[in-house]
Amino acid sequence: MGASALGHVRICDFTGQLAGAGATRHLAAFGAQVIRIEDPVRKGRWDILRGSPPFKDERRGNEFGAAFQNHNVGKLGITINMRTERGRELLTELVGISDVVTENFAAGVLERMGFGYEQLRAIKDDIIYVSNCGFGQTGPYSSFKSWGPIAQAVGGLTSTSGLAGMPPAGWGYSYMDHHGGYFMTLGILAALCHRSQTGEGQWVDMSCTEAAAALLGPAVLDYTVNGRPTRREGSPDSNRDATGTMVPHGIYATAGQDNWIALSCRNDAEWAALAEEIGASWATDARLATVAGRLAVQDALDADVDRWSRDHDRFELAARLQARSIPAAVVARPGERIDQDPNTAAWGLWPTVDHAAMGEVRVDGMPVHLSETDWVIDRAAPVLGADNEYVFGEILGLSASEIAGLADEGVI
Amino acid sequence: MGPLNGLRIIELSSDGAAFAGKLLAELGADVIVVEPPGGSPQRAYGPFLEDQAGPERSLYWWHYNTSKRSVVIDLDDDAPGGGRDTFRRLVADADALVEAERPGRLAALGLDYADLRAIKPELIHCAITPFGRSGPRSEEHATDLTVLAGSGPVWSCGYDDHTVPPVRGGGNQGYHTGGVWGAISVLTALQHRSAGGSGQFIDVNMHAASNVTTELASYGWLVARREVQRQTGRHASPRPTDATQVLCADGRYLNTGVPPRKPAEFKVLHQWLVELDLTEEFPLAVLLEMGGQYEHIGMAEIEEDPMIGEVFGAGRDAVALIAGRLSAHDAFLGFQQRGLPVGAVFAPEDIVHDAHFVARGFPVEVDHEDLGRSFTYPGASVRLNGSPAVPPRRAPHVGEHDAEVLGATH
Repeated sequence: MGASALGHVRICDFTGQLAGAGATRHLAAFGAQVIRIEDPVRKGRWDILRGSPPFKDERRGNEFGAAFQNHNVGKLGITINMRTERGRELLTELVGISDVVTENFAAGVLERMGFGYEQLRAIKDDIIYVSNCGFGQTGPYSSFKSWGPIAQAVGGLTSTSGLAGMPPAGWGYSYMDHHGGYFMTLGILAALCHRSQTGEGQWVDMSCTEAAAALLGPAVLDYTVNGRPTRREGSPDSNRDATGTMVPHGIYATAGQDNWIALSCRNDAEWAALAEEIGASWATDARLATVAGRLAVQDALDADVDRWSRDHDRFELAARLQARSIPAAVVARPGERIDQDPNTAAWGLWPTVDHAAMGEVRVDGMPVHLSETDWVIDRAAPVLGADNEYVFGEILGLSASEIAGLADEGVI
Repeated sequence: MGPLNGLRIIELSSDGAAFAGKLLAELGADVIVVEPPGGSPQRAYGPFLEDQAGPERSLYWWHYNTSKRSVVIDLDDDAPGGGRDTFRRLVADADALVEAERPGRLAALGLDYADLRAIKPELIHCAITPFGRSGPRSEEHATDLTVLAGSGPVWSCGYDDHTVPPVRGGGNQGYHTGGVWGAISVLTALQHRSAGGSGQFIDVNMHAASNVTTELASYGWLVARREVQRQTGRHASPRPTDATQVLCADGRYLNTGVPPRKPAEFKVLHQWLVELDLTEEFPLAVLLEMGGQYEHIGMAEIEEDPMIGEVFGAGRDAVALIAGRLSAHDAFLGFQQRGLPVGAVFAPEDIVHDAHFVARGFPVEVDHEDLGRSFTYPGASVRLNGSPAVPPRRAPHVGEHDAEVLGATH
């Protein structure tokens, strides 16, 4: 195994769900020591994913939630009862030897537990504190509750996903929980870079709704510059290209039940190649030879392409279009992209870990490879308190009997 | 001063690299975008200022290139002292290169990582490609649409009616997901380097990035081979679930989230129905009063206990009833102020005026001194309180910084 990129970083981690736990997962995969802190009284159930579906088999309970396990690979897990004086002392010791403190509680929760930024800073002057919640720590909505679908709705992503004349289709999963985690990761790394250069820590107040709104730039500018809202006749129609340069550009029916192909023609040459593949007289109509001509009849053109594609096998058609250098892909089902795609297999995108309760489980891998310090995912999510002995013993220097005493007293 | 102040990043302008470069520029890095003679193809992407096309009028270009500097370099010019030499000199002064060229192109130009590291051993070279630099599908052609179709997101998005096509969410999110991984990887590699490590090559795979950004669709299959099915305005699911998107009185929508399950939630819901004078037309209101007496309703009990199931259903119906009588915005504020998590389905244009986003300083004014105007832009994805970036600068004109960048590079 090669060197790790973040082996010098220790993270005192209160995150949960996906928007928070997803962030520290990536840092752990690059070698950071992520110490996940859970409440022994509620058995870590603040993170509702611990005992939630999907499940690998018929077993249920706090250690069998596959989403929790997916989001927490590579981390250490300890328990601290923050209601106890001794628990708060242990946390203070841990913060004192950490680089970063992370959480995605509702706004203000960690501060009410006595560990807001000012208190953390008093413990360790250059600490990096990253909080991540739906609406951020300030502003009129800061007390509002949120999770993925709500951040997506308020951030504009739901309304900009759909077909003309229909209600918003939105995103069929918590896209912004993934991206909340990505931007939280980016914030942590940027703060580490700042500390490397200046020696200073800081507080990063991240808002998932803002991160969502930042993903829709050209649509915002069309409104603020040109006064054109996205809510208008025929809009949004997100299967089409918003830049006005690619036509056709859509998702079309193919042979079979609920089978689809996506294709785009980036220029007139790719349209000419598609027209040749279609081989029908309507496709070689000279009026379709230019982007402007195709834009003018886009509804009819899409209907014609759909009538043509629906007799074809989608995999064969995608291969034929790719052979002509036309961007095309089947709308892949989960099993097709996970178990049958040679590229995700060659990439090593679905590693297997061995979980103490669940046994062997496949998880999401990472979409990057670094030539010198690549990621490693070879350790399952910790069961509750799995690393108490290591963290309190090896890192904080307590004896085995002291640790046993803490457990007896309900501190850990 | 941004957290990445002092770092210099070279970006080869392209659809796939633009967002990574923008994120790094937002965080304070000096990002120099390299355009071919005539300017980046992105300058031909609409929408345009006042709907008039032109290389300095593309709002797409404006958005993705804020705070960058532009130089024009002809990479096809391999004469001594020509474009390729200029590019090599530029890289020799940089910390990282971010590019999204087709696999093989930079090698053919003699400008791939193996060539560039010989000039600059500490270089971090980040390549963002649809399928990774190698692998069985690396030669395939792709756009944002086909990446999202092939890697999972499209399968999960659309409508209850499966005779209409599934949907690609708007805004180039396949490029964004690859781009944010590009930025994350560059900073990870920089951390390694600042801790005494070497430079390195980073292979970012857009298709893989969206594959691992699909929540249950992936890990439901990975652990139990459960296939999700798309539904209108809510999570795709192995089994159909109740609607969560309600049409409000103003024709806009509200996402109602998870229906009430706590006694306090039933109490405030009932109270609000009384305030709105809706109890007459909602006979199930009595069930909400019952709900206020329960301790907590678990999901298992909703399925097993008929009466609890009725109470749960009444809560869901009451939320929909109230939402239908109010504007989406009033419903959003009213439910949230009562502790019930819902979200108004805002359009991008709503956000720039919204009191919360404005109070937090999210919309930012960007000066276009060349036009004698300023425009409101969406702010940064993540802002660092302790090292706030300088206000964004407008995107550069074609080759605007040739003299100051290339003149100073020897």
